[in-house]
Amino acid sequence: MIEIENLSKSFTLHNQGGAVIPVMQGATLSVAPGECVALTGDSGAGKSTLMRMIYGNYLAASGRILVGGTDVARAEPREILDLRRHTLGYVSQFLRVVPRVPTRDVVAEPLLAIGTPRDVARARAEELLIRLNIPETLWSLSPTTFSGGEQQRVNIARGFAHAYPALLLDEPTASLDATNRETVLCLIEEAKARGAAIIGIFHDAPARDRVADREIDVSRFTPGRAA
Amino acid sequence: MTPLLSVRNLAKHYGARIGCTDVGFDLYPGEVLGIVGESGSGKSTLLNCLAGHLEPDTGEVLFDTRSDGPRDTLKMSEPERRMLGRTDWAFVHQNARDGLRMGVSAGGNVGERLMAVGARHYGDIRAQATDWLGRVEIAEDRIDDRPSAFSGGMQQRLQIARNLVTGPRLVFMDEPTGGLDVSVQARLLDLLRGLVREMGLSAIIVTHDLAVVRLLADRLMVMKSGHVVEQGLTDQVLDDPQHGYTQLLVSSILQV
Repeated sequence: MIEIENLSKSFTLHNQGGAVIPVMQGATLSVAPGECVALTGDSGAGKSTLMRMIYGNYLAASGRILVGGTDVARAEPREILDLRRHTLGYVSQFLRVVPRVPTRDVVAEPLLAIGTPRDVARARAEELLIRLNIPETLWSLSPTTFSGGEQQRVNIARGFAHAYPALLLDEPTASLDATNRETVLCLIEEAKARGAAIIGIFHDAPARDRVADREIDVSRFTPGRAA
Repeated sequence: MTPLLSVRNLAKHYGARIGCTDVGFDLYPGEVLGIVGESGSGKSTLLNCLAGHLEPDTGEVLFDTRSDGPRDTLKMSEPERRMLGRTDWAFVHQNARDGLRMGVSAGGNVGERLMAVGARHYGDIRAQATDWLGRVEIAEDRIDDRPSAFSGGMQQRLQIARNLVTGPRLVFMDEPTGGLDVSVQARLLDLLRGLVREMGLSAIIVTHDLAVVRLLADRLMVMKSGHVVEQGLTDQVLDDPQHGYTQLLVSSILQV
């Protein structure tokens, strides 16, 4: 489902004398449907960078990133948008929303974007919000004023609203209490069971051991470190 | 899929000075394109050339018309272009006063656009005007008031209603949230996003506010001194800018 070949990335800082910082070289990995791969490595090793490249948020310098047949490294913006709508989901660490939009609509948004009828999308959103213990009194409020943990759970609910065939999870269990952490791990297991290919970053080692089938140490793709 | 709008090699000079040059892009149905850059970078010149308000020196602006497929709007006759401006295009000005008729009631402002495309039944026109005022959150009992009695945010929303009532396929917006306070801005953004999704509109939004484009635009074009220095997916351009100018622009945002 997700295949990465010989991927490299560097940042060029034009306003600091054109300094070039190579951050990744020769990254190669593949994830099959129903499989969860955990990215490991120290802070700064490039876990999030790799994830952002797969999502098309960072530009790859060279290499291939195939997600369901689309090469994200070369695709046109509208192909990537289409991929993000239908195939590739991403739960980032931060929730970014239009102010004033009610939580229920924020969660239903990915479903509405692919043409799901409003009542079906809302019902699915409510089901997820209940599972993630967001009290009903908050559903009609914008999540911008919520606590960190609540925002994180709204973010997860939104990421799992549509059954994406491929999912990227950046620290999905960070800042969650035991009950909610358990719910999130169940959601991940359910996604795997329905055949989603998942790449995740988990600092929470027990969580990682439970849901991940394999681990990939990103630091082996870090240029200059292996030498 | 045929692009709704295809721009090739567009250039506009003011004497020896560059307005904008070497601009090319495709806009597909349902896409929102943001154009950012500092004042004087040529973004409004570009928008006005695209919308037919300014005549570019060179280039092509191909619009996928309903009847004849893609046609170069720059080569169309003036009446044809005007008709397109009424049926398929809309232009939301930065200053609502430029896009509204200040001496005519709110309902009249919306109704006028309908009459321009042939609506004649008073009851229908009024009903549609009322419906649209509701969609942009203007109370029904203000329908007979003139826009001069409205606040800045209400005027801007009225301008949007006036522009969208005829169901255009392409909307040009010049700083649609400029000059509004932040709470009104948020409301307007939410409104615009909903309308874009529900009506399947394509839009080109010129702004200098990067937060606005992040929330509204699918794609982004960065301009400097009349040139397009970078374009791509909005979040990619903002999070991993490649050009020195974009890097400077992104790093200059004030954090709230």
